[in-house]
Formats: sequence, structure tokens, C-alpha cells
Amino acid sequence: MALLQIAEPGQSELPHEHKLAVGIDLGTTNSLVATVRSGMAVVLNDEDGRALLPSVVRYTPEGEVVVGIEAQAEQARDPKNTIVSVKRFMGRGLEDIGHVESAPYDFQVAPGMVRLKTRAGVKSPVEVSADILKVLRTRAEAALGGELVGAVITVPAYFDDAQRQATKDAARLAGLNVLRLLNEPTAAAIAYGLDNGSEGIYAVYDLGGGTFDISILRLSKGVFEVMSTGGDSALGGDDFDQRILCWISETAKLAPLAAMDARLLLTKAREAKEYLTGHNEAPITAKLTSGELVNLKLSAEVFNDITQTLVAKTLQPCKKALRDAGLRPTDVKGVVMVGGATRIPAIQKAVGEFFRQEPLTNLDPDKVVAIGAATQANLLAGNRNPGDDWLLLDVIPLSLGLETMGGLTEKVIPRNSTIPVARAQEFTTFKDGQTAMAIHVVQGERELVSDCRSLARFELRGIPPMVAGAPRIRVTFQVDADGLLSVTAREQTSGVEASVAVKPSYGLTDDEITGMLQSSLEHAKDDAFRRALQEARVEADRLLEATEAALKEDPHLLDAGERARVDVALEKLRTVIQGEDRHAINHGMDLLALETNEFAARRMDQSIKRALAGKRVDDVKIGEEE
Amino acid sequence: MDFNADHFTLFGLPRVFNVDLGVLDARFREAQAQVHPDKFADASEADRRLSMQWATRVNEAYQALKKPLPRAQYLLHLAGQDVGAENNTAMPVDFLMEQMEWREAVQEARQAGQVDELEDLHFRLRDQIAERYAELGTLFDQQADYPAAADLTRRLMFLEKLQHDIDEALVALEDQ
Ligand SMILES: Nc1ncnc2c1ncn2[C@@H]1O[C@H](COP(=O)(O)OP(=O)(O)OP(=O)(O)O)[C@@H](O)[C@H]1O
Ligand SMILES: [Mg+2]
Repeated sequence: MALLQIAEPGQSELPHEHKLAVGIDLGTTNSLVATVRSGMAVVLNDEDGRALLPSVVRYTPEGEVVVGIEAQAEQARDPKNTIVSVKRFMGRGLEDIGHVESAPYDFQVAPGMVRLKTRAGVKSPVEVSADILKVLRTRAEAALGGELVGAVITVPAYFDDAQRQATKDAARLAGLNVLRLLNEPTAAAIAYGLDNGSEGIYAVYDLGGGTFDISILRLSKGVFEVMSTGGDSALGGDDFDQRILCWISETAKLAPLAAMDARLLLTKAREAKEYLTGHNEAPITAKLTSGELVNLKLSAEVFNDITQTLVAKTLQPCKKALRDAGLRPTDVKGVVMVGGATRIPAIQKAVGEFFRQEPLTNLDPDKVVAIGAATQANLLAGNRNPGDDWLLLDVIPLSLGLETMGGLTEKVIPRNSTIPVARAQEFTTFKDGQTAMAIHVVQGERELVSDCRSLARFELRGIPPMVAGAPRIRVTFQVDADGLLSVTAREQTSGVEASVAVKPSYGLTDDEITGMLQSSLEHAKDDAFRRALQEARVEADRLLEATEAALKEDPHLLDAGERARVDVALEKLRTVIQGEDRHAINHGMDLLALETNEFAARRMDQSIKRALAGKRVDDVKIGEEE
Repeated sequence: MDFNADHFTLFGLPRVFNVDLGVLDARFREAQAQVHPDKFADASEADRRLSMQWATRVNEAYQALKKPLPRAQYLLHLAGQDVGAENNTAMPVDFLMEQMEWREAVQEARQAGQVDELEDLHFRLRDQIAERYAELGTLFDQQADYPAAADLTRRLMFLEKLQHDIDEALVALEDQ
């Protein structure tokens, strides 16, 4: 809107209204929601004063969806219907998931993403995550006393496209307007940096329940610039629990575990791990379904021993991220520790040795991501005064490429490119008269396609028949500010345009989302549909208003023909807004957007020219001093 | 700021090889502060798309100017001077010989797992590269000798590739 609604200085818009926006940390183990109230970022607690919502969802025999601590308490009794750490399954096929054997679920293989069979039906990880998000949305709306205009949802920086897409889908399903997907370490850096007025190079080391990220940032006045990022989207505190579970099984010579026992012992393992932060020895006692008693003591020494390789596994990405940023460990001014698992003493020690400095552990590692996300949400919602803002420059964590001959990948966008970023590549045909061409998009650093993640396969059809090598097919990769990819292809020479937009094959299709929305509507009397209609109307109204205002302000930027087309589009949108058809409204908006695209671009040009014209003068002075 | 302007004009910088990196950084940030999608998060879909295109454009320009090799290539492109990247045979024999020696040294060190040796190669090459960029600055900015600049740029493409391979070898050894 702002592009159309460029306010001149002194000409204020509506009286300043505070928009309700939140930041959500959708964690593997715990999720949180935070907001900015009276200029302060605060985490919103539940009725019992708890900030952390355990990311556990239980589908009860009564048909209820229970999320959080109550669900967590039932996990060992009802493992198949109580989903923990669902984040590990987001955008993942069964073959990608580690420890499948000890995960006590009925998995179902499905194209793209694994599904879970529960008594409430077959659930996609997206739906389970949406159930967590709904609870947080409700919590926030109750606390803030109104509907949210939007949310910033955090994702591990090392999440690939499929995992990001799945997260965004989950938010949509929960009825949230996603202002931005924000990388977790970046969110932490915002919270830390703004709080401490930090300047210089900082590393954020984020080890949570299921994911590990390392990001290197350059903080300077008003700018947070991610220089590089690395990590492992399947490494976290859960893996430490898993190691302890193996140790228990071996030490107590247990037979292969039933689902309930596996869950019980994993819970005990986690308790022991946390106890060892601050103690030298942890007791582990449990009674298995067979009646067998487990009674062991785990010493800190043994724990460090069996988890040593996991600790080491986090240092490799640190090295790589530093190298990508062109830095040495000593260039780093501070290492911000984030995530519950960074409380493990061996982790703090290893990180300290690697970066040759004491890591910064003075902030609450559980809350800092949500606080940063809320701060960013507040900015994105437009609640900040001009001048009181900052610029965030983030990167993509993994290279994007195409399959070429012989199953090799050709990188199109390298990892750590600042987003948004686009790159185009030209292709041609091999055979005379060839009218179709297959394109395979992959993500990852490896040379072989089979070692990278397959994001999308699509066929470009309708290439006009020509001799081999004559067509020029331009494939454009565009990564947006959420780190999400879209690919379009276009044949250039013929004037015949064949163009496609692809969604990654691991994401859900729009039909699937609609289907899920529909079923949630039926089952839980959710108001998602009405909401969507209402939102479309609100947005359409705003678009109409903004366009009318812009036309009044800058009529000279359009010629008569262009103006007539804009007027027609305006009229059409005014008509459909009265109806009940959300798609017609969206279509009307698209049409108007299309007709005003050029107009908006000219307005943007004009405003930037004005803005930069003011700057030139100072620059001349700088030049003279040198 | 014109979407189709060249990268230097976009940032209001003179078209030279020795750009003032401080000014480039500042201009880049100023421009992003205007167009970045975060400034338009609650805007209409059309405006969000526009902002993404602009921010993409600004990033592209910054990437092209930030590092010396792409900047040299871009200057040659603007001058209509062919870099002849595909044409290896155009390189003089002694240069190619020297390249072969370097590559052999890298290969040997890699196979023998000599991290120190690879690091030494890395730093030696880095110094060489820096010297040639200094020369390149003179060719572009003082002498406006584009054919000579193209020739040197071509060499630098080899050297940067070699540097990249050394770094890859280092990574491979460290990851073992
Ligand atoms: N005192 C402690 N000692 C050791 N580990 C701890 C301690 N407290 C919490 N943890 C571990 O931290 C992990 C949870 O951290 P956190 O809540 O930051 O993760 P998350 O945000 O849910 O996950 P992710 O960011 O990976 O999605 C769990 O594995 C938990 O056992
Ligand atoms: Mg986390």
C-alpha cells in the first residue's frame, strides 16, 4: 500500500493507530507468542502465567484438540495420538526423518510430506503445527483484546524452502496473516542488538530442541546484516535425549521398546539431561509396561562422553559460516547463546573454546527469539515512528540450483545471498521441433542432484517448434524476503510466452490448503472462511482507497488510455466487493494491481528521486573532504 | 533511481574500478531502506511485489559492485569489451603453465592432507591476486585501456577460481 500511498512530509495519514501484531516462536519443544505493548516487547503468558507452550498436540477420544502441558502429560499413555516435536516433520518425507524407529507414530507416506495417522484422522505436520499456532493466536487475541493484523513467525535459519513453505502454510491454516518468516537467530540478534546497542560482528549460536543454527551478523546503527548462516535442521536437544535413551537401553539391557516405553524413557532422558546442568549425576528411574524397573545413574562424565560427537557436530557449521563470511573466530565481538540446549555446560565450554571467548549467556535463551520476532512484527505492522526503525538484511541458507545433464547440479543462486534475490538462466532445446522441456529445481551444496533436496519438477510446454538450439528459454528464480522461492520460465524468441510459476513439491497445494480449511471449518466450526472473506474485503477497500488517493495526488503520471483502464478495474472491484466470493475479490484486486503496476512504479521512482535528491548534497561535501 | 539504470548510476557513483566501498555500502543501505519489503509488509499485494522487485534490483547491483572481479567484468560489459571467458586458448602459454603448477601443488597438498601447505598456498595466492587488482585499477581508471583490462580480468578469473578450489580443498580436509 505504501508504494501507492506515499505520504509527503507534514501530510499525515490517519491518526496513529496501534495495530495488533505478534511474534511467534514456533519451536520444536516450546512455542511462545510475544508482542510490543507500550513500547516494550513482552511474552504473553497463558492463564496460569506460563510463557512456554510445549509444542505437543493431543487428539483426545472426545474429539478435542489439546495443546501444551496437558498434552505433554499424556504423551506416554497415548503416544500415537500425542504428537511431539512435529517441527521435525515439516516439509519432510519419511526417508528424511531420523530415529523413525523410536518415534512412536503411525507414519503414512504421502507425496512430499509425511503424514501421521491419529484417531482424529490422518494429519499433516502442517495441520498439527496449525493447531499449536491457533492456541497462540487465541492467547494473543484474548490478551490484546482484538483481532491480530499479522504475525511474524520464526523459522530456523537453516530451514530449506520446503520447511519454510510448510511453516507459512501452517500459519495460514491457523488464520494468521504472515507478515514475515523471520530466521530465529536473526530474531535473537534483533532482540539482543537493540537491547544492548551493540555494534560490530556478532555470532548467534542457537541450539534448540530440534534444530541448530549459527548466524554471523554485522550490527551497525540501524542495520542488521546477516553475513552468513549455517546449521543443521535436524540437530538439537532431542538428539541428546536420544543418545541417553540408547545408553539406557544398552546399560539396562532392554529389549526393543514398545511405543509407550520409548516415550516414557525419552521423557526421563530429557529430565536427566536437564538435571545434569547443575548436577554431577542424574538418577533415572522408570517402570516399563512389562513391569520391568529401570534404575540407573547417569554421570555428567558419561553424558559428556556419549554426546561429544553431537557437540562437535555443531562446530563444523560454525567454521563454515565464519569462512563464508571471510572471518576468523577472533573477529567476532560476541557470541549470543540462544535455545534451551545451550544451557548444557559442555556446549558452553566448546563454544567458548571455538570462538576463544566467553559466550553471552545473560539473556533468557527461551524467550529471546519470540521477543525479537515481536519487535520485528511491530515494525512491519507500521507501529514505529519514522526514524525509529531499522533495516534487516537476511540471506538464504542453502544454494539453489538446477539439474543438468548427468544428474549434476548447476548452482543458480549461491548460499548466503542477500534476499530478496533473483537470477535468470537461459536454456535451449536439444532436438529439432522440441516443444517441451523438463526443469528440476534443487536446493543444497552437493554436486550430485541425488544428494540435494528436490524442490520442484515442472515441464515447460508450448515451446514453439524450432530447430534445436534456437529457442531461448529464460528460467528465473526469485527468492522473496521470506526466503521462499518461485520459479518462472518464459520462451523469449517467439513472442509466444510460456510461463509457469511453481510451488515446491514439498509444499501444500492451494487446493490442499483449501481442503484443510474446509474440514477445519466443518469440524471445529472455525471461522477461517469468513475471516478470509472479511480480510479480502478489508484489503480490497484499502486498495481502492489508496488507489483513489494516489490518482488524486499524481494524475499526471498516467495518460488517458491508462487512466481509463484503471477506472474500469476500480469499478469492477467495487462491484465484487459487495458479493460473497472471496476469489472474485482477490481477482478484482489482482486486476487493479495489474493496471496500476506501472503507475505505482512511476510513483516510486518519483519519490525515490526526491529522497535521493536531498542526499546528493551531503555526498558532495563528503567527497570534498577526502 | 531508475530501474533500468546501470549499477553505478543506480547508486549515484562514478563509473570507476576503485569505487569507494564505504560510500557504496552507505548508498546500498539508503536504497534498501527505501525499497525493502520490510517497509511494505502491510501493503497491498501489488506494492509488495514491486518492492520485492526493487529490493532484488538493488541487491543485484550491490553484489555486482562489491567484489572486484564482478565489478571488473561489469565495467568491461558496460564498455562493450568482450572478456572472452570461454576462450581459454587465448591465454598465453606461460600463464597457463604457471596455472598448471599451482593446480598440481594444490592437488598434491590435498591428497597428502597437508592443511598447512594449502593455507600457505591460499595466502600466497591472495597476495598475488591483490597485486593484480591494483594493476587493474590503473588500467581502468587511469589509462582507460579496456583491452588490457580485459586480459588481466581474464587472468584474475583463473586465479579466483584457483583460490576457490584451494578453499574447497581446505574445507574438504577439515570436514574429514
Ligand atoms: N537446563 C537445561 N539443560 C539442558 N538442556 C535443556 C535445559 N533446559 C532446556 N533444555 C533443552 O532445550 C531444548 C528446548 O530448547 P528450546 O525451547 O529453545 O527449543 P525450541 O525452540 O522448542 O526448538 P527449536 O528452536 O530447535 O525449534 C530441549 O531439548 C530441552 O531439553
Ligand atoms: Mg528455538
